[in-house]
Amino acid sequence: MERIPILKMGEFLLVTIQVDMHDRLALTLQDDLTEQIVKWRARGVLIDISALEMVDSFIGRMLSNIANMARLLDAQTVVVGMQPSVAITLVELGMPMKGIRTALDVEKGMHTLRIYLANNGRNRDGDGSTTV
Amino acid sequence: MEAQQSEMHEIRTSQDIVSVRQAVRRCAVEIGFNLVDQTKIVTASSELARNTLDHGGGGTATVETVQNGSRSGLRVVFEDWGPGIPDIAQALTDGFTSGSGMGLGLGGAKRLSNEFDIESAPGKGTRVTILRWRGL
Repeated sequence: MERIPILKMGEFLLVTIQVDMHDRLALTLQDDLTEQIVKWRARGVLIDISALEMVDSFIGRMLSNIANMARLLDAQTVVVGMQPSVAITLVELGMPMKGIRTALDVEKGMHTLRIYLANNGRNRDGDGSTTV
Repeated sequence: MEAQQSEMHEIRTSQDIVSVRQAVRRCAVEIGFNLVDQTKIVTASSELARNTLDHGGGGTATVETVQNGSRSGLRVVFEDWGPGIPDIAQALTDGFTSGSGMGLGLGGAKRLSNEFDIESAPGKGTRVTILRWRGL
């Protein structure tokens, strides 16, 4: 079965979407990612959509779902590399993707995640309280 | 306004939605749409193709290039023979959904198009036509 690869990079997972996804592939990615977050105890997820020429309400909803599911599993999601034409179209479509953290590229997305984790850093091997 | 070129695509599976997107993109590039205009009509087509599949039980998408004087544009007609839409005004409202979607499909596709037309009757299926002109 066709799948979108998920790369582990330290405590982060990186997904680069390079194909025009049909709906089932998008749903499979959603399931795979949540499994991988738990398996690797990932703290952050980077989804690179720079190769996507279009994001419709289905794919937009999938990205929102992933961000919400990841948050429930104690991981933060950053969607990176959205093309300007995609941003313009999403707003006009009526889907401004509120609540989704974005960055212009993978490097900036990593930076965003590191800052977030530093500010909300919890020691997972400890008692779960905020480290000072 | 005359149709210059026309191709019909069946919509039976979610893979066909991808094929419709690709056909619309190819035609939009061929007639010289800029990237934003391409993205808008491809996205609108994706929403409508999904409606055709999910609500109409499948159907067809006809992609046509049109010419009006010196203006060229792209028209896409989505047809299904499904249950039809009892209340079109309600279906065009953002957030209204009869299925599992977000209810942005019809209203969103309308906003992304220059011209929009919908014909539907209960039991007789639905035909949605969108048209986008090439920007200046």
